[in-house]
Amino acid sequence: MFGKLTLEAIPYHEPIVMGTLAAVILGGLAMFALITRMRLWGYLWSEWFTSVDHKKIGVMYVIVALVMLMRGFADAVMMRLQQAMAASDSAGYLPPHHFDQVFTAHGVIMIFFVAMPLITGLMNLVVPLQIGARDVAYPFLNSLSFWLFVSGVVLVMVSLFIGDFAATGWLAYPPLSGLQYSPTVGVDYYIWALQLSGLGTTLSGINFIVTIMKMRTPGMTLMKMPVFTWTALVTNILIVAAFPILTVTLALLTADRYLDMHFFTNELGGNAMMYVNLIWIWGHPEVYILVLPCFGAFSEIVATFSKKPLFGYSSMVYATSAIGVLSFLVWLHHFFTMGSGANVNAFFGIMTMIISVPTGAKLFNWLFTMYRGRVEFTVPMLWTVGFMVTFVVGGVTGVLMAVPGADFVLHNSVFLIAHFHNVIIGGVVFGCLAAINYWFPKAFGFRLNERWGKASFWCWLIGFYVAFMPLYVLGLKGMTRRMNHYANPEWQPYLIVAAIGAVIIAMGIFFTVLQFYVSVRDRNKLTDPSGDPWGGRTLEWSIASPAPFYNFAILPQVRELDQFWEDKQNGVAYVQPAKYEDIHMPRNTGVGVVMGAFGTALGFALVWHIWWLAAVGLLGMIASFIVRAYDRDIDYWVPAAEVERIERSRHAQLQQFQTSQVAPAAAPSRQKVA
Amino acid sequence: MSGAHHSHDAAHHDAAHADHGSTKSYLIGFALSVVLTLASFGVVMSGAVPHDLMMPGIVVFGVAQLIVQLVFFLHMGTSPSQRGNLAIMLFTLLILAIVVIGSLWVLHNMNVNMMHPTSQMVPVE
Amino acid sequence: MSSPALSAHHGALDGISHGGDAHHHDDGSKTLLGFWIYLMSDCLIFSGLFATFAVLANATAGGPTGKELFELPFVLGETMLLLISSVTFGMAMLNMHAGQRGKLLAWLAVTFVFGAGFIGMEVYEFAKLIHEGAGPSRSAFLSSYFTLVGTHGLHVTCGLIWLVVMMDMIRRHGLTDATRRRLSCLSLFWHFLDIVWICVFTFVYLRGAI
Repeated sequence: MFGKLTLEAIPYHEPIVMGTLAAVILGGLAMFALITRMRLWGYLWSEWFTSVDHKKIGVMYVIVALVMLMRGFADAVMMRLQQAMAASDSAGYLPPHHFDQVFTAHGVIMIFFVAMPLITGLMNLVVPLQIGARDVAYPFLNSLSFWLFVSGVVLVMVSLFIGDFAATGWLAYPPLSGLQYSPTVGVDYYIWALQLSGLGTTLSGINFIVTIMKMRTPGMTLMKMPVFTWTALVTNILIVAAFPILTVTLALLTADRYLDMHFFTNELGGNAMMYVNLIWIWGHPEVYILVLPCFGAFSEIVATFSKKPLFGYSSMVYATSAIGVLSFLVWLHHFFTMGSGANVNAFFGIMTMIISVPTGAKLFNWLFTMYRGRVEFTVPMLWTVGFMVTFVVGGVTGVLMAVPGADFVLHNSVFLIAHFHNVIIGGVVFGCLAAINYWFPKAFGFRLNERWGKASFWCWLIGFYVAFMPLYVLGLKGMTRRMNHYANPEWQPYLIVAAIGAVIIAMGIFFTVLQFYVSVRDRNKLTDPSGDPWGGRTLEWSIASPAPFYNFAILPQVRELDQFWEDKQNGVAYVQPAKYEDIHMPRNTGVGVVMGAFGTALGFALVWHIWWLAAVGLLGMIASFIVRAYDRDIDYWVPAAEVERIERSRHAQLQQFQTSQVAPAAAPSRQKVA
Repeated sequence: MSGAHHSHDAAHHDAAHADHGSTKSYLIGFALSVVLTLASFGVVMSGAVPHDLMMPGIVVFGVAQLIVQLVFFLHMGTSPSQRGNLAIMLFTLLILAIVVIGSLWVLHNMNVNMMHPTSQMVPVE
Repeated sequence: MSSPALSAHHGALDGISHGGDAHHHDDGSKTLLGFWIYLMSDCLIFSGLFATFAVLANATAGGPTGKELFELPFVLGETMLLLISSVTFGMAMLNMHAGQRGKLLAWLAVTFVFGAGFIGMEVYEFAKLIHEGAGPSRSAFLSSYFTLVGTHGLHVTCGLIWLVVMMDMIRRHGLTDATRRRLSCLSLFWHFLDIVWICVFTFVYLRGAI
């Protein structure tokens, strides 16, 4: 009836897990009670869960990502603590099997359930607004992608309390991840969580390519597209090209584990290195999938807060595209030590060095944009400058390891750990936090508190250096990654410093949470009545904050890059049209939620070999999709009068703001409000 | 794009503009495919082709049939409406080539250098 | 962020009729582009499977080789069924464009028969191999053979289910913009699977039999 699932699967004997479980249950109950008492379930269901509005889906992605950041970071703190303790005679406080799950979960969660949803969420929120579209190409598919991602999140979280998680490292290399060496359900949780969320990612990749290719506002040619949208386009192309390879790789591992096949086993001709090869064909583009949109966000932020057009727009576009193609030609540098020989290693080493060139070009573009600009050091700008410094260090250590000879020394050492945290924290985390600070007003209508934002930034920046610089040293001293215990007492001081760094980063995260709290509390003081709090350049700043659900009452006409900036210069940015038209909008639907729920059931059932439930889950997903296909009532029209009412109140607010804000002398050129 | 009020017929016309072949083009495509399929199988099954030419032979006929089906069944071409799809397909083929050729190259070198049992095994004749 | 009151208001608009699927002007081309991109991503799934098959093709682990197992006349039969189904789908599409619903449904039914015939032959072939002790667990070569060919078969099976759904939908809803659009997607899917099959019989069966 319940397959392999018995009560034994709950890890009673592990006090840390049980404590967490108790906290989660209590917290969950408290939240459930609160929502029920405030009668918010109906609101949440009809306005958020079933929403096909790209802005709300984007916000939900970011919220889930931030929650998962807490989980992933808790894992990081546990690891730092263990390694700070477990020198020579001390065994630390985590048994090896638990420690192995912790570092696996940390990697999986941070990449798949924090970084990916952060960039997907930001693209959801921003891309349609930047290209003057009213939604994405397939709004229902967008909702479905989100809920498939959530079902992956649910599976990972469930694995904490029922059964175990993979203890294999975040890419689950066989033969360790094969049935023979990982007989528990941990790897199965890993596989199905990634397959479900990976399916969602692929679908949303297709969605965004079509959105950007087909739904740009009139006049916006490709070379007049904002840079963030360009990076989003390249990222989504990479998603659609790379994620199928991940799907295949995991499917083959699944076949080994479930169907007794021999792709990656030690026996009967299996070849484990093929797995490593395949997963890095996905894995290297994945790195650029994460970082490119962040480059885009930095580009927008640098231009906005330097009050200058971005330096070298077209070189930025070409660099992004070049990175997109080259990212498929460097994968072997993740396993130089496999033994492919000098010619193969030389090719991939050289390609790796070449791919750093366009990235370097981008860095110069940002610097030249700031050069002689009137730079405002707001929170997003601080993150950007912090990124530029930090990312260069990470890039340089990366090029160092691109030399195969050097890599033979540094492979799988904590030098590597320091390197990729250097680029991922410095690039992706800083980028996403910059972008959240930058675009928050567009989503919610008020800015984030500057003071706590700055506090968070400095803690992250300092904490990062304190936590990871010691790892570079340790790597050179020969410490390998993923050590539950080490015999060399010389390493311990460095690891204690690293643990202190983690605590400083924890303060940074705390200040971010505090920043949200204070900002929501003071939202009236921080309100953004103009819709353009930073003096922005791109279309999303031309509309109200928060953006109306239809985004643009009238699709804007674009003649040049940074059209909104030009319009402001010419005093025509806020002209109210003579007449509004009906707007066609997609209708909300719960099918995405239902399919996500069936997907979760399917994944859970497959993990535990509960075949009847797996059948229910799979058939449920297919049936819901078919039922949806028969539904012909999927859209509606917003009447022109309704649009006019909303836009009138927006323009009234704008006028009021401008008369209150602008000094009388400076006013005339910007007073063309009807 | 603001004039979203298409009548049913106009919207349908828009969607149906793409070239979608004719009975004749489908039959030509079918005939060519049959011929090329028989040629492919013939190369291997007839015994009339020297062993060394078999592999090049089936690859040539296979690629030819791919192109035939792309043109006659999927209506691929360089017309403006198809150019985007063609570009996407060419990019896909580039990635596909990288994946297949790259994997073979990398794994072959690994097998040889690391004396993996697969590379030692000669297929049983 | 629309207010709850506004959402309620949306409901009142149900009765108002506006023209078709004119969401952002040309829904049809948008859907077809998206589906084409999906097919390309599917193509890359197959690229991973082909790469794995190519790498493991000689890893027979002392078990049977392709040359011993594959029966080329049988494969030729499968190929012909799929090829015929491709051209009958073409006939169906021509009738769709001509607005001939009855003929369209008939050609779709014919396509289904040939597609199902192909799947039937493949299931028979797999069962026979497993019965002979040449199942997917025998060697890495056979694992990759079954997975590659089976994935293609799974796709055809999905196409068959989709075909049935479309036939029912056209019977109920008629030839609307939505059904035309979806049938165009299915047509791409079906022809795409035939193209994948060309690679399968060339690189798996014929190459294996050389």
